[in-house]
Amino acid sequence: MELPCGVSKSTYAQDMAVIHTRTQWGLLGILFAFLCVLPFFLNSLWLGIVIHTSIVLIAVLGLHILTGLCGQISLGQAAFLGVGAYASTLLCAKLNFPLPISIIGAAIFSGCFGIIFGLPALRVKGFYLAMSTLAAQFIIIYLFIHVRFAGGSQGLFVPIPQFLESKINLYFIIMGTAVLATAFAKNISRTKAGRIFVAIRDNDLAAEVIGIRLSYYKLLAFFICSLYAGIAGALYSLYIGHINYEHFSLMDSIWYLGMLVVGGLGSTSGAVFGVIFISLLSKGTSLLAAQMPILGPQVASTIGIIVFGLILVLFLIFEPRGLSHRWEIFKKFYRIWPFSY
Amino acid sequence: MNEMAENNAILKVENLELSFGGVQALKGVCLDVKQHELLAIIGPNGAGKTSFMNCVNAFYHPQEGRVFFEGRDITNLRPDQISRLGVSRTFQNIQLFVGLSVVDNLMAARHFKMNYNWLEGAFYFGRARRAEVENRRIVEDIIDLLELEPVRKQVVETIPYGLRKRVDLARALVQDPKLLLLDEPMAGMNAEEKEDMARFIIDVYELWGISAVLVEHDMSVVMDIADRIAVLDFGREIAVGTPEEIKGNPKVIEAYLGKAAE
Repeated sequence: MELPCGVSKSTYAQDMAVIHTRTQWGLLGILFAFLCVLPFFLNSLWLGIVIHTSIVLIAVLGLHILTGLCGQISLGQAAFLGVGAYASTLLCAKLNFPLPISIIGAAIFSGCFGIIFGLPALRVKGFYLAMSTLAAQFIIIYLFIHVRFAGGSQGLFVPIPQFLESKINLYFIIMGTAVLATAFAKNISRTKAGRIFVAIRDNDLAAEVIGIRLSYYKLLAFFICSLYAGIAGALYSLYIGHINYEHFSLMDSIWYLGMLVVGGLGSTSGAVFGVIFISLLSKGTSLLAAQMPILGPQVASTIGIIVFGLILVLFLIFEPRGLSHRWEIFKKFYRIWPFSY
Repeated sequence: MNEMAENNAILKVENLELSFGGVQALKGVCLDVKQHELLAIIGPNGAGKTSFMNCVNAFYHPQEGRVFFEGRDITNLRPDQISRLGVSRTFQNIQLFVGLSVVDNLMAARHFKMNYNWLEGAFYFGRARRAEVENRRIVEDIIDLLELEPVRKQVVETIPYGLRKRVDLARALVQDPKLLLLDEPMAGMNAEEKEDMARFIIDVYELWGISAVLVEHDMSVVMDIADRIAVLDFGREIAVGTPEEIKGNPKVIEAYLGKAAE
């Protein structure tokens, strides 16, 4: 990592900080201010898109920890969102828990579910693990339909407190959670657990030799990933008001993985870039296609997926390290511009 | 005398037998490493040197025989448990975490010295923050010792082979080992890099007073820095002794060095 010139550090704590310069603090402040005033300038369609994007961001950050850092591919993230959504709704509606407690409860419940479906990771890696998480996706959806109190294929209505009827309040809750989730993900990735996850991803044999308990940390990665998914799912249920199994499909799991790849596997900023880029792109193309009657309704409704597939392929070929790598290159260029020698 | 040596041994290996299918890699190897001793293991390719190391840190589990570390039977422990007891190793073909920077590779190796959980890490506050900074200081001492300062923030993927070998040694050293297993630390290096590496090994060995097992093919290095040398051939231990004794041992010359030229 390189820094602007004139930045000197005299303690390790300074060297290990994420934010080094006043300009960076300033930009962060501007970003927060922007996020605070944003909902007042958006119509309800775009506010919905921003809220949905923030929820997806939380889910993808979880996947970033599991797949990006720890290298365990999961094709079942959407199902864990579902676990969070159902658990929070049931805790709230059937057991009358207050909302914050049911969200936290749902997150922990989803995390524990993640541990169960993470158990195959102790024996299998790579492609085989991807298959077993795919099984998780289908088993969990099956449970949503067939477990008695989950409302079958009709799904459940989510009791929404009056306070959250207003989309703007909901925006602040969800955006606040997404910002915290990003900060936590960044901190996890730069501390002990994050380094151990990357060690397992890069060389699991050497990781064991330096004293890492693989089983514990692999399951921890699954737990944290599903914890994030659980929170995202609980918030999602508040956003849509009615949940059923169709909201948590395999296609969504693949979108999440694709966002991570486009953003750049293994970097927190990559997860953020990927989610924003793909979400806006797919929504943007859908809206644009709707404006062009020549495409016909069937193309218009699927154009988002087509563009997603195209973008994913283009990134895999031309920039497998994702947007975050491009961002690093841009920052480097900008720092020394216009005197590039 | 024998009694004394036994009490002094930090590592004691008894009658190690290891085979893969029909191939017998180790046939009844008995060795001990005394406190503050640098034991070199030499032998032709396929003699079982690396297998021996893999048995000590439980990468392989021997079919027979026992391994004692500081008097404790560690034969059936897992590799991660053995590393926590104070046995660290380097690898013949470097096994670093290529996606992490040099500093992070070393910090990762100190994980069991950091007494906080992932949730505290997520907040990066209090105990977690203090542990990170404190361990960074220790890691920097090793970086200083092994002269890795210029590359400390570079991702391991981007640094050259000779430096990677040094990072591999650094990663073993940051764990404060009592016993260091060095598997061909000088393989593939040029003369200057070899000298540097030998200097680092001697520095650590003398400064910290640790014990080490060194597997190496470069005879001049081995003869220079080892206190004792054990010779393996086809999984059998054919000689143990000081460098002088080994040089003159006819069995060794026959098995390893070829016919005496002098």
